[in-house]
Amino acid sequence: MNMLNCFNPAFMFLFQETDGSRLGLMKHAALNPDLSKFLVIGALLFIIGVAGVLTRRNIIVIFMSIELILNAANLNFVAFSGYLQASGHVNALAGQLFAVFVIVVAAAEAAIGLGIVIALYRNKETIWVDEIDLLKW
Amino acid sequence: MYKYIWLVPLLPLAGAAINGLFGRKFRFSEQLIGSIAVGSVALAFLISVAAVYSYGFGGQAHWPVPYLTSQDGFSFEWIPAGAVSVNHGASYALLNIEWSYQLDPLSSIFMLIVTGVGLCIFIFATGYMHGEAGFYRFFAYMGLFMFAMLVLVMGSNFLMMFVGWEGVGLCSYLLIGYYFDRQEAANASRKAFITNRIGDFGFALAIFGVISTFGTAQYTQVFAQAKSFPLETLGHWGILSWIALGLFIGACGKSAQLPLHVWLPDAMAGPTPVSALIHAATMVTAGLYMVTRTNVIFQHSQTMLLVVALVGAATAIFAATIGITQNDIKKVLAYSTVSQLGFMFMACGVGAFVIGIFHVMTHAFFKALMFLGAGSVIHGMHHEQDMRRMGGLKKYMPYTYWTFFAGWLAICGVIPFSGFWSKDEILWSAASTTQIPLGWLIWLVGTIAAVCTAFYMTRLMAMTFWGRERFLETPAGGEADEAHASAYDKGLAAHDARLPSAGDRPRHEPGEHVGPVHETVASHVASHGHGGHEHGAHIPHESPRSMWAPLVALAVLATIGGFFGVGPAFRFITRAEHPGGRLNIVNWLNPVIWNPATGDFKTAEGGHEAAAAPAGEHGSEPLAEATHEGANGFNLAHAVEGSTHNELATEWIFIIISLVAAGAGMLLGGLFYVWRPSLPDIWAQRLRPLYLASYNKYWVDEFYGWAVTRRTMDAARAVFSFDSKIVDGIVNGFATLSRGLSRVVGGVDKYFVDGLVNTIAAFVARLMSPLLRAAQTGFTQNYALVMVVGLMIAVAAFFAGDIVTALRGIFAAVM
Repeated sequence: MNMLNCFNPAFMFLFQETDGSRLGLMKHAALNPDLSKFLVIGALLFIIGVAGVLTRRNIIVIFMSIELILNAANLNFVAFSGYLQASGHVNALAGQLFAVFVIVVAAAEAAIGLGIVIALYRNKETIWVDEIDLLKW
Repeated sequence: MYKYIWLVPLLPLAGAAINGLFGRKFRFSEQLIGSIAVGSVALAFLISVAAVYSYGFGGQAHWPVPYLTSQDGFSFEWIPAGAVSVNHGASYALLNIEWSYQLDPLSSIFMLIVTGVGLCIFIFATGYMHGEAGFYRFFAYMGLFMFAMLVLVMGSNFLMMFVGWEGVGLCSYLLIGYYFDRQEAANASRKAFITNRIGDFGFALAIFGVISTFGTAQYTQVFAQAKSFPLETLGHWGILSWIALGLFIGACGKSAQLPLHVWLPDAMAGPTPVSALIHAATMVTAGLYMVTRTNVIFQHSQTMLLVVALVGAATAIFAATIGITQNDIKKVLAYSTVSQLGFMFMACGVGAFVIGIFHVMTHAFFKALMFLGAGSVIHGMHHEQDMRRMGGLKKYMPYTYWTFFAGWLAICGVIPFSGFWSKDEILWSAASTTQIPLGWLIWLVGTIAAVCTAFYMTRLMAMTFWGRERFLETPAGGEADEAHASAYDKGLAAHDARLPSAGDRPRHEPGEHVGPVHETVASHVASHGHGGHEHGAHIPHESPRSMWAPLVALAVLATIGGFFGVGPAFRFITRAEHPGGRLNIVNWLNPVIWNPATGDFKTAEGGHEAAAAPAGEHGSEPLAEATHEGANGFNLAHAVEGSTHNELATEWIFIIISLVAAGAGMLLGGLFYVWRPSLPDIWAQRLRPLYLASYNKYWVDEFYGWAVTRRTMDAARAVFSFDSKIVDGIVNGFATLSRGLSRVVGGVDKYFVDGLVNTIAAFVARLMSPLLRAAQTGFTQNYALVMVVGLMIAVAAFFAGDIVTALRGIFAAVM
């Protein structure tokens, strides 16, 4: 199934199927991505997110990295959902449902997290995580 | 109808349970408590009457065969004891004791007495106990007593009798100690309980003897076996004599016979209705019931019959002489009760069990009447019990006086009144007995006791109802009240201020409502300021109707109750040896009495055969005479008959003697206390040692105090010092030893074991702590890193095989 053209009809010309040529093959591959491509992108997103969480000192950026991790997971959900739908799996829509659920949780988490950040800033006057070491004994 | 006798004991129990369990919690009113108690007893009485009627007189009369409720399934297996050895292990029997009630001539009479007289007393008590804080408690105990007493007399085996026996003992204890805040009531209740324990011990041994001899405890089976046992003559102590001895010890305790009589006079510390019901009419006659029930066993032992008769005679004269000098109205009646119980045992001892039960019945009527009358007097005199402060009450308490008058004539033995019939027949039975020797002595003692009885009862009447109104002259009761009131003001305990003889109820608390006519202590306190002469206002008053109505009922019974047992001496009028058919108590009861002459139970109309007998009132006597005459020596009735040569004249000589005895006692009492009131003091001086002995109750209490209580205390002290010095010493020595040991062990533990543990722990902690501390950086991202590394390791471990395969593929591709 063609997933992307339902998102953006304006770019439909890019995915016109052609025959034979190398460019045509690439186009074809781009228009009919298999599961592994989504998983690879998801894994990349995840790794970028984890790297951001581990390396960035700005707590806001860490937040955004966490959002990346969540979205990587969402991507996997949706990809698997599509894959299973194509293979005629009965309960395939569960993945999409989970994605929506994760988005909702992420929104709530973002609200709470930003609230915590503001409270933290008011107390410590910093949002650099290496200056926030209250957990240490 | 007699199927439903199992309801008779249960109804008072139900009433008692309702009153006792809920009376206080839900604050039942006095009317409700009284209705429940009186209603349950009245219903039991009605069922008893209907049951006895249908048992003895109805169309399908069961009489005289005992009826057991187990015949109709109203019973249960109570003690399935299994096999017991019988006859010293010679054989085995299956002992299965069931709880079933027995209706037979004997138990029917007791059922009627207990529920009927009990009903009168319950009604009286609703008036007498009016205003008591423990009203519910009183009626709960009384109902429980009715239950226990009915189990006692209606049970079909010895163990049920024992249960009832202990139950009435318990209720007696509870009710004597009803005013448990008074020291003398508490002491009296304990005394009654402990004295009864001695008797119960004998009773229990006798039950063991019965079971091990007969292999069963059920009356019908025991007596069916016992009646074929050989007779045990004087001085021959066979098994039945021993059983009878144990039973009689029990009877002595319960029925206050010498030497276990000491508790009954003290039991007067309880409320007066209790004295009337338990300590005059019903419980104290349980001993008589038991002796009569087991008459088969007693009659097999001539020794025990003689013992019963002698103890009865001794008790009769002993208590009667004490009664002459007592001043407390209830004490006089208490000693009178002991004396009359002695008369009953006299009757049983000479073999006239039926007459003993007859005297139980008439005594229940007139003595309950007199106790309730005394209660009414005490009530009307504002809790004054000392007869020296009474007098002339005839004018103030007409109902009480005239009913008491009937009771007085009955107990003295004046001719148509109930006491005459039974007492005369007891004396006649004693004089004419052929079953035991010494009948003449028992007759003589009984006659003297009858004179004493008439004397002290006349004294009681004179001091209470006739003569000067001494309560006006010496307002001693008022002084007692005043002393009490001031003592109350000073915060002393109420009984500290009371005279020893003052009322059987504690003085009322200030402000407590004690009835319409009563003055409360509060008003005394109020009037204290103006000289306290309000005591002139202690005019006696007649009691309420709830109190005099039962008196009237009992007075009627005390007057005519004797006609149930008109004896053979009147056969020239009645044309029958025992007139009235089954309504005559002798005919009614004879089937439960064993006849030593025939070796079986008597026939109902046994009296008729006696018409042919030369001196007997029982048909058995000619034969019994033949067997015992030689051994039993002098027989008074036979000697008299030898000179008159007329059987009827002989009987009438004895009747006239007993009437003369009664008249002499009454005249003497009148002389001393009505016509010449100075005589008592003069004679008390002349016979000072005798007077003091009687006044001090022959010092029996003092003797017991010295011989039993002091010795027990000494022994207890010795045991205590053994315990505190030697037993405790051993225990404490071991304790000291183990304390020293534990100190050593504690040192080892503290310095060696703990030291070792601490050293190792400290070493490990020192070594490890820098490493562990370093891990805790406090930086969020460090922890996140650890989590990620952990995740990677987990994933790597999970996919270890795949990773190896992939690496191998990559390696192969590169190579």
